[in-house]
Amino acid sequence: MPSPRTLYDKIWHNHLVSDAESGSGLIYIDRHLVHEVTSPQAFEKLANQGIPVRRPEAALAVADHNIPTVGRAEGITDELARLQVDMLRRNVMRTNIPYYDVDDVRQGIVHVIGPEQGFTQPGLTIVCGDSHTSTHGAFGALAFGIGTSEVEHVLATQTLTLKKAKNMRVTVSGTLPLGVTAKDMALAIIGEIGTNGGTGHVIEFAGEAVEALSMEARMTLCNMAIEAGARSGLIAPDETTFRYLQGRPFSPKAGQWEQAITLWSQLSSDPEAKFDREVHLEASQIAPQVTWGTNPEQVLAITGHVPDPATIADKGKREAAERALAYMDLTPGMPLSEIAVSHVFIGSCTNSRIEDLRAAADVLRGRKVADSVTQAMVVPGSGLVKMMAEDEGLDRVFLDAGFEWRDPGCSMCLAMNPDKVPPGARCASTSNRNFVGRQGPGSRTHLLSPAMAAAAAVTGHLTDIRGFSAVEGE
Amino acid sequence: MNAFRRLQSIPTPFCHDNIDTDAIIPAAYLKTVSREGLGEGLFANLRYRDDKTPDPQCVFNEPRFESSRILISGDNFGCGSSREHAAWALVDRGYICVIAESFADIFASNAFKNGILTIALPKDQVTRLAAEGEAGRSLVVDLQEMTVGLEDGTVFTFDLDDFRRTCLLNGLDEVGLTIKHHAKAISAFEERQKLEQPWLYRQ
Repeated sequence: MPSPRTLYDKIWHNHLVSDAESGSGLIYIDRHLVHEVTSPQAFEKLANQGIPVRRPEAALAVADHNIPTVGRAEGITDELARLQVDMLRRNVMRTNIPYYDVDDVRQGIVHVIGPEQGFTQPGLTIVCGDSHTSTHGAFGALAFGIGTSEVEHVLATQTLTLKKAKNMRVTVSGTLPLGVTAKDMALAIIGEIGTNGGTGHVIEFAGEAVEALSMEARMTLCNMAIEAGARSGLIAPDETTFRYLQGRPFSPKAGQWEQAITLWSQLSSDPEAKFDREVHLEASQIAPQVTWGTNPEQVLAITGHVPDPATIADKGKREAAERALAYMDLTPGMPLSEIAVSHVFIGSCTNSRIEDLRAAADVLRGRKVADSVTQAMVVPGSGLVKMMAEDEGLDRVFLDAGFEWRDPGCSMCLAMNPDKVPPGARCASTSNRNFVGRQGPGSRTHLLSPAMAAAAAVTGHLTDIRGFSAVEGE
Repeated sequence: MNAFRRLQSIPTPFCHDNIDTDAIIPAAYLKTVSREGLGEGLFANLRYRDDKTPDPQCVFNEPRFESSRILISGDNFGCGSSREHAAWALVDRGYICVIAESFADIFASNAFKNGILTIALPKDQVTRLAAEGEAGRSLVVDLQEMTVGLEDGTVFTFDLDDFRRTCLLNGLDEVGLTIKHHAKAISAFEERQKLEQPWLYRQ
């Protein structure tokens, strides 16, 4: 009998090309997502050395980080951004890497389109020059962000030399209360273990509350694994996963589908498998979450108050909280639900999928964005998400409420394109990072779920989605 | 990459926890297709005031640390985005060694690929090294011996993965190494996988 193994152990073992010294190994990479910001230097170096791309068909490229979300027909006016997109197009044409151009309906955020196209599959190793590659772990794939030198290494060799990570399991038992989402679960976990709680680990998410999540919600959860320091998050594939994948362009076709299901069904941690660290949360205890500071572990339930740094024992954390409150312009003791916002952003690789848009639209139907909110925008995760939402009439709901309805891209999550939160302004955002200046220099970010973002847009301040209809409803 | 063996320099003390890569290099500086010149954006939001002039209070603008090649920081250095621009910016500014309480995984990997030695040490030792910088004293980092030496003769030892140490000591190019040593094994892996999961090999 082989010793019990975790899902991560199995995927690692299945992809080991050769063992290296001291717990490292050369790992085969099955899929490589490529975007405009972290790839040009990699292509350039390979071209200079005359090294070819080993398997162009194992890659998929798209521009998402710096492209505008309005007026695309006129082209990109930002010269530097245009140069990056042009260079991506040239590089992929030259090397035969499949590419969805800016005007292709399949274009979108790299972590939305991979799953949408069935490019993401259980048991695969998936990389991208973007830390939120952990998203794809929702399918039981070992997926992680890499730097540009690693992009170059994967293009050239289809492998990476990696140090084997430790195993961590986060089990969420029970049922999530109404109004509480995968985003709240993710933020609650980060609040519990901290932004470096998962460093050096792969986190497997398990338990009834995780199994009950849709694929979209599982992607939200795994997306945020990196915010807990874990390069990868994982969820064992099941019927929900298989149903999502069936019939997608890259999915195995009839004849090979059964073979795939047999293979994928073996992808779970053995019952006796040992984890280096175990964390348990009770779903019923999770309330809607909002961040108050400048990293995702500075988070509390919406029913809470801005913390008083003086009560934090650890000196480092206390000083960090003091700096965060100064930057966020918040006073200790203030109820979180009284924090007024001027901007609302619904989008990003965390929360821009169809279910996210439906959840936000459900809150907004028949309501208006508060006068005090100067900008509220929805940026769908892909052209296909946008099309689906329009077929369902969600665009009308958003537009009628006073939201802007944009074209797909990373947008205001990292403000590389023109979508920025102005200095000093405060944004309720469905994205993943509330770092200093993340949404634009001087911007202030509160992370929350799509429904909570929509509610904040209506009231003009952070709002508990539970009971929102009863208080504000028509 | 350049080989790293021994380095003597005054360290720049910057002891904050959770320094993210957005802080190391803000997104506005990522719109480049080059690895060069990113030092200008290093810690830009800290170094420059709202009117774009350098903030003299910022440690990175202090003349005494101008020639510093060692950065000292706190817990979880380099968390957040995978942008290798953070490593390029550090190198461009002259930093080829970062000593901190711990490092985020992706940053540590990116740093290594660019010849930056990352050294994780306990908090009390990091605090001591930062104080050396404040006092204007230099450190000697020796990768062969895996030590950090202080002017008063105190020596701290550190650990590093063997593979990374060998590559850094010899300035080895990893892509070349992998192609040279593993090309056959990679092809064999692909042949096997093609039989098990043929749908992954559709053209």
